[in-house]
Amino acid sequence: MIEEVFAVGTSRIHRVDPRHRVVFAAVFSVQTAIGKEPAALILALAAALVLVLAARLDARRVLQRSVPVLAFLMLLWLVLPWTVPGRPWLTTGPLSASMEGVRLSWQISLKSISILLALMALTATMTAATLGHALHHLGVPEKIVSLLMITYRYLFVIEAEFTRLWRAAKVRGFRPRTNLHSYRTYAYLVGMLFVRASDRAERVYAAMRCRGFKGKFYTLAVFPAGRDTVWFSLGMSGLAIAMAAAEWTATV
Amino acid sequence: MDRTDPIIELKGVSFAYPGGPQVIRHLDFALHKRDRIGLVAPNGSGKTTLLHLILGLLKPSEGEVRLFGRSMRGEKDFVLLRTKIGLLFQDADDQLFNPTVIEDVAFGPLNTGKTREEALAISRDTLHRLGLSGFEDRITHKLSGGEKQMVAMATIVALQPEALLLDEPTVGLDEKTHKRLIALLAELALPCVIISHAFDFLSATTDRILTMENGRIVLDEEMRVHIHEHAHKLGSKPHRHV
Ligand SMILES: Nc1ncnc2c1ncn2[C@@H]1O[C@H](COP(=O)(O)OP(=O)(O)O)[C@@H](O)[C@H]1O
Ligand SMILES: [Mg+2]
Repeated sequence: MIEEVFAVGTSRIHRVDPRHRVVFAAVFSVQTAIGKEPAALILALAAALVLVLAARLDARRVLQRSVPVLAFLMLLWLVLPWTVPGRPWLTTGPLSASMEGVRLSWQISLKSISILLALMALTATMTAATLGHALHHLGVPEKIVSLLMITYRYLFVIEAEFTRLWRAAKVRGFRPRTNLHSYRTYAYLVGMLFVRASDRAERVYAAMRCRGFKGKFYTLAVFPAGRDTVWFSLGMSGLAIAMAAAEWTATV
Repeated sequence: MDRTDPIIELKGVSFAYPGGPQVIRHLDFALHKRDRIGLVAPNGSGKTTLLHLILGLLKPSEGEVRLFGRSMRGEKDFVLLRTKIGLLFQDADDQLFNPTVIEDVAFGPLNTGKTREEALAISRDTLHRLGLSGFEDRITHKLSGGEKQMVAMATIVALQPEALLLDEPTVGLDEKTHKRLIALLAELALPCVIISHAFDFLSATTDRILTMENGRIVLDEEMRVHIHEHAHKLGSKPHRHV
């Protein structure tokens, strides 16, 4: 089930104005993505961990959600150190891991984990509707916001259809094997999924129009104003400056 | 709108799905101010299609749709009047897409220009009327079938419509909710078209039962006999001869 597990909460982070969270999440992500200095990246990771703690996210869920990224990183560690040319760092038989490869792997790992955690703490802690609303208030064009929101809605729809089809196959004794019958069934399932999803999407959109939808989303959520927002923004600005400073001092 | 104009009027409307047979054929239909119409016909006879044509969700290949005395020529016309007629979809899952119940019910009022406070007040009041107090923060996709159906009904009532089109509203309802829906419709006293196979429900909520045959609406005698028989088969349950 696709769920907005982190969206509802009463933590410090949840109480910060979503617009501020979106802006600083963007700043943080860009800065971390282009950062090179270990000091800056370690700072980023520390900050991301603090944010996750402050948002009081369920540790198990956070891990669960990180699995795809961690798997990707593992693959990276298996490949990069041995393929990037450079000074040898560790030699086993004919293979040798280069310093440059290891450094690159570290960088990528730190960056992706930091960004993932920060996004979980900052943007996954609001509902998609609130995110849309915040983006709209930040001047993102209405069409893009709508596209995002509707894509998000239909994701649920497609998932629900898939679960239904999958269940229908299972109750009739379908067990995935490596044979033609299994592959054909998969193909039918996917084909059916697209057909059903597009039908459903059309009806959902029709139902929305029947309730006066004209492309603009409103939300019942009000943007909280309070000390949490002020402290958050000060803290995040401080972090941005510190990370920039770490990069800058290293280059001069 | 003239006082005597029907709320809904279809004149010689035809429709076929792309590549399919003609589902609706030169259909004439009118819903007046005091009409409460039940529509009974076998699956696949075009009942749902008819409701969708009325609100301009489908475009007729010929004929004219008039709402509140005005001829509807395209999406521009329908946009203005669509929310005055509440359509309950056959599948409640099509209708509920907001994360929480209160957000879903408030979706219509917010779209029609109500402020946040007004929308909240209307939504709470509507939920209360439908016996759904306490459902505000429930997650819509985790509701039971019957609960979804009633919340979908709430999203329609919250629009404060002037007429109702209900597509099989009783599917999945338990006895108690069934009765509550009947009471609600009596209280709203709105002109309506109700598609249903539940004859006891129709006889409690509508005054006239029509059917569809070959893509047209008819009031045929056979249908009356059928309803009659059916009611008797229900045994001791109270019923009215339509
Ligand atoms: N989206 C669609 N595309 C193609 N054919 C459809 C579609 N929806 C319904 N039909 C066909 O149109 C006919 C009437 O459908 P419908 O109006 O849903 O009937 P009812 O509501 O009376 O059961 C059926 O034969 C159905 O197969
Ligand atoms: Mg139908």
